[in-house]
Amino acid sequence: MAVNWFKYSSPASFYPLAGRLIPWFAAAAAVFTVIGLWIGFFVAPTDYQQGEAYRIIYIHVPAAWMSMFVYLVMAAYAALGIVFNTRLSGYMARALAPTGAMFTFVALWTGALWGRPMWGAWWVWDARLTSELILLFLYLGFIALHSAIDDPRRAARASGLLAIVGAVNVPIIYFSVQWWNTLHQGASISLTQAPSMAKTMLAGMLVMAVAAWCYTVAVALARVRCEILERERHADWIGDALARESRS
Amino acid sequence: MRGPGLAGIVGGVIVRDLTLAGRRPVDVMTAVIFFVIVVSLFPLAVGPESRTLATIAPGVVWVAALLASMLSLGRLFNADYADGTLEQMLLAPQPLSLIVLGKVAAHWLVAGAPLVLISPLLGLQFGLPAEGLAMLALALLLGTPALSLVGALGAALTIGVRGGGALVSLLVLPLCVPVLIFGAGAVEAAVSGMDAGAHLSLLGAFLVMALCFGPWVTAAALRIALD
Repeated sequence: MAVNWFKYSSPASFYPLAGRLIPWFAAAAAVFTVIGLWIGFFVAPTDYQQGEAYRIIYIHVPAAWMSMFVYLVMAAYAALGIVFNTRLSGYMARALAPTGAMFTFVALWTGALWGRPMWGAWWVWDARLTSELILLFLYLGFIALHSAIDDPRRAARASGLLAIVGAVNVPIIYFSVQWWNTLHQGASISLTQAPSMAKTMLAGMLVMAVAAWCYTVAVALARVRCEILERERHADWIGDALARESRS
Repeated sequence: MRGPGLAGIVGGVIVRDLTLAGRRPVDVMTAVIFFVIVVSLFPLAVGPESRTLATIAPGVVWVAALLASMLSLGRLFNADYADGTLEQMLLAPQPLSLIVLGKVAAHWLVAGAPLVLISPLLGLQFGLPAEGLAMLALALLLGTPALSLVGALGAALTIGVRGGGALVSLLVLPLCVPVLIFGAGAVEAAVSGMDAGAHLSLLGAFLVMALCFGPWVTAAALRIALD
């Protein structure tokens, strides 16, 4: 039995699929957020060194993970779009950018709120914070370049190339705490060793990370549906798809 | 008839761009004068206290060099795009990345090398000691070609796009931040008597990476812009 791997690379078949997936991911995001915040604020123990203020970790760390992950996914979609010459990959990259930028901003902001009581400073220019700030500028540059070019195909390819070049920043953020003496703490979670934090804290962080991931998927799919409607507005299938949706 | 070989095309593009720049020296001088003016603004704003000036000198000179590089990027591709030469370059049998390398080399000779030569004078204006002046020139010598290479990518992506110099700066400055950090760090290390080897090594590594990948990625960006 032959599988058509490219069935959903056509906007006409992807549009209704995205519409069906959004409610599930949105509901999952809401449920996981409630569970994660409940674990974070009521179940996890008080930290021995930092007291109660450490609980911002349940927002800061998932946001930081998502900011890096979404950038890599965006760069991957951009690479797919340039290599396979598909329109939909470019739409997905553009749909992910604002969410990634938001997570980067949240990571920086919650980091500052956490740094003030912990380190005594709202901001320090250490390697990790600086490279995360550069990540925010890379997201904003991607969005700005895409919006500045009128021809949609050229816009998607040019901003995609920029995203691919900027992807080199993500390993720098990740390994910065190993390569430099930084104020930011090192990695507590690794693929090869047992985590150095309490199990409930880890569970809360992971649940919030899954919640952030579900949220990203839901929001990106909603945004890409808008992008498809705008770019494919001259196609024949648009009228049928919208009619089908208003009927159901 | 066989056209120029690989060395011939790079040399030919460099000679052409230098000749064109020589016919309009005002364009060249504008970036250099901008550099000098920006550096001179800081003592006026910060105050003439010599210790403060000596502390901020490496950072100020480096930021001004960065901004002057961004300013001069508009000349790299836009003129050739306007009169159709860029399209001919895309159609040439020689690799586009070599043509880009030639253009960036000419751009650096005209816009980056003068910055390296003037920087000791400006450092003197800020009261940098002699080791700092030497290290400033060396660090700029390693850093300005990298800035030109990375800036060429930004220039290629934004050919004919509205938004102008500000958009190119928004795209390129985040990628140039490591050069700024290690370049200024090298001068500060030299001034405080510490070894600047680590900073210079990282600057050199960035330059080598930019030399390796920059022209190739810029060529891809040119094909995207002109298709």
